[in-house]
Amino acid sequence: MIEVHYFARYREALQCESERVEWQESFAQLNDLRAYLISRGGVWAEVLGERNLMCARNEELCMPDEPLVDGDQVAFFPTVTGG
Amino acid sequence: MSIRVQAETFDPGAETGAMHAANVGVGAVVTFIGYVRDFNDGLDVSGLYLEHFPGMTEKSLAKIAQEAASRWPLLKTNIIHRVGRLEPGEPIVFVGTASAHRQAAFEACAFIMDYLKTKAPFWKKEDTPEGSRWVEGKSSDAIAAERWK
Repeated sequence: MIEVHYFARYREALQCESERVEWQESFAQLNDLRAYLISRGGVWAEVLGERNLMCARNEELCMPDEPLVDGDQVAFFPTVTGG
Repeated sequence: MSIRVQAETFDPGAETGAMHAANVGVGAVVTFIGYVRDFNDGLDVSGLYLEHFPGMTEKSLAKIAQEAASRWPLLKTNIIHRVGRLEPGEPIVFVGTASAHRQAAFEACAFIMDYLKTKAPFWKKEDTPEGSRWVEGKSSDAIAAERWK
């Protein structure tokens, strides 16, 4: 199981704060999970297909090619704008 | 090192004073305070909502402060970031760095702000006469952070 969180504009566009995604052997990298979510089509493809998408694995900023393991927590969000 | 993520406001003067209190080895204190403006990207801004990623926020700020401490001889680092609802004129962020000499304090403060702007999970949503809108990330922030690599 992967716990996936969405923030800010993504959370609103997807109308989803977080969800649990059944673990799949094909999820070698965070990118594979992203591709699975994009395959839902519509707003999922639009939002998660964004070029400037940022992501985190287990509350640490990472690149989309970060390796994934069952039980990880993942977050997708737009460019951060704090400060 | 002190990291605080909070809804309540803070007193920039008191925070600045506390940067050298109880440490007479501190010869230089540099602070940055960010405030909510009443105007952005051509529209009046009547208020702001700051969303964050609880859990990751504190961790990422601590990581940035640790990175600064590994690069410069800092005697104290203080980061405060507000979340939730904010009005124009209110302080959003405080970064204070203390060192024996000014160069380290100046550079570390700029470094922390540049990294905070591009790596810490905060998002601003502004209220404008045309409705509320998410603030888009700026490429100038990414370029500013690049210079520390």
